[in-house]
Amino acid sequence: MQEVTNIKSDFPILNQQVNGKPLVYLDNGASSQKPKVVIDAIAKYYTEINANIHRGVHTLSQKATDAYEAARKKLQVHFNAKYDYEILFTKGTTDGINLVANGFTSFLNEGDEIIISHLEHHSNIVPWQMLCERTGAVLKVIPMNENGELVMAAYDELLSDKTKLVAVNHISNALGTINPIKKIIDKAHKFNAAVLIDGAQAAPHIKADVQALNCDFYICSAHKMCGPTGVGMLYGKEAWLRKLPPYQGGGEMIKEVSFEKTTYADLPHKFEAGTPNIAGGIVFGVAIDYLNKVGFDSIQQQEKELLNYATTELLKIEGLKIIGTAKEKTSVISFNIEGCHPYDIGTIVDKLGVAVRTGHHCTQPIMQFFNIPGTIRASFMFYNTKEDVDALVVAVKKAKMMLL
Amino acid sequence: MTINEIQEELVEEFSMFDDWMDRYEYMIELGKSLPQIETRYKIDENLIKGCQSKVWLHAELNEGKVVYTADSDAIITKGIVSILIRAFTNQSPSEILNANTDFIDEIGLKEHLSPTRANGLVSMVKQIKMYAIAFQTQVN
Repeated sequence: MQEVTNIKSDFPILNQQVNGKPLVYLDNGASSQKPKVVIDAIAKYYTEINANIHRGVHTLSQKATDAYEAARKKLQVHFNAKYDYEILFTKGTTDGINLVANGFTSFLNEGDEIIISHLEHHSNIVPWQMLCERTGAVLKVIPMNENGELVMAAYDELLSDKTKLVAVNHISNALGTINPIKKIIDKAHKFNAAVLIDGAQAAPHIKADVQALNCDFYICSAHKMCGPTGVGMLYGKEAWLRKLPPYQGGGEMIKEVSFEKTTYADLPHKFEAGTPNIAGGIVFGVAIDYLNKVGFDSIQQQEKELLNYATTELLKIEGLKIIGTAKEKTSVISFNIEGCHPYDIGTIVDKLGVAVRTGHHCTQPIMQFFNIPGTIRASFMFYNTKEDVDALVVAVKKAKMMLL
Repeated sequence: MTINEIQEELVEEFSMFDDWMDRYEYMIELGKSLPQIETRYKIDENLIKGCQSKVWLHAELNEGKVVYTADSDAIITKGIVSILIRAFTNQSPSEILNANTDFIDEIGLKEHLSPTRANGLVSMVKQIKMYAIAFQTQVN
């Protein structure tokens, strides 16, 4: 493993000042920063091989196509999918969830049930509500306890022959809870329900093995994994991808078009209408290589140390309460300070150079559960250091002093 | 004092601070000293849309002048509201409607607020003017 201080130097953006203070970036849950190899790869693509893919016979088009398909292969290997055509490139996690939700429209009847959880991001709530409106299906919600953990006994009771699909996140973006997805998947399969895992928050920290998990869909975004924005991955089991109708019509996704009838292209192209984010896809592969070079064991070890250290140090601040105290947690700390609005704290710590997220984190049901307007969320990546945690603690203390 | 004079006074007050932490401290102080709004006005109908924190704004016409009261659950936001109230309260509806809002930029409020907060600020000013429009028809 590289030393952490060395790793930080892989990220040019972190070497700057904001508001006259050295930047301490703790909003990784929203988007991670990019190492130089990723930034350089974007320039290299446009400098050397930019061309449209799967179309031209010319050399550049071939090179671009090969690089794009090589990236798909990297994702297949990384997530251990059985076939490379089970990996679809998307715009991101939200896009992937919507693709599946749209595809399920023709599979559902009135009274069928979809199960989500109380811990979901709005992106894994709203597409299912829209699907329910289209089909008359009913949305059921796995409740959570005070620690922000799903109540699995309640999940058992929700499951039935009516359950057609279960959609839960691997890790909660607002609280950091790691959900027992293997159990959730196995239980759902007993009722022949499909399972979609929103892996947006997990993919930067955990190397998921989709075959071992046996999930039907696994979705993530490149930009949270040190990759570029605007590109993501949807893994779907072959059988499901063959069954699902295309999401969007257009170029690339067809076999033959006439005005009478169009036949669709084979997987994965059936779901990739139009010119995709070619540079994004290729560089997503570079980001995956980078993460694997750092190593997921090292990533988890560093992040666990950061989580423990930050939890201990933050709890020393009087009146500070951590929201989300699940036993299985990733390096996310959501907290509030008694008597202070999270927005005020966030504003002041920003002036001190510390970037955190404040608000409801697109999880209003979680905020309603705890009866709070929002939280301050510090989310760490492997390139963060204990010094970053110290800077956060100093900034929060200063904000508290100013506000109370 | 006229609205213009008050606004000039505000710009001058804020120009005394060199650094933005001091300005925030002052805004927090202003927020804390904002007179309490009557509880019966802290209702959903008085909430201003477009703010990340809750802002309640109420107005009454008192002898031809509009009197604003407000509250917020976030203290910096409350400081911002308090600045706006000081600039516009106890003036006639037509004076409020004709007043320009350049002082907001001169204080540098907007550029030092996050975009969501700046939007909230725009919404607050809009609501202040909306009340003035409503009361102007009463005065006339």
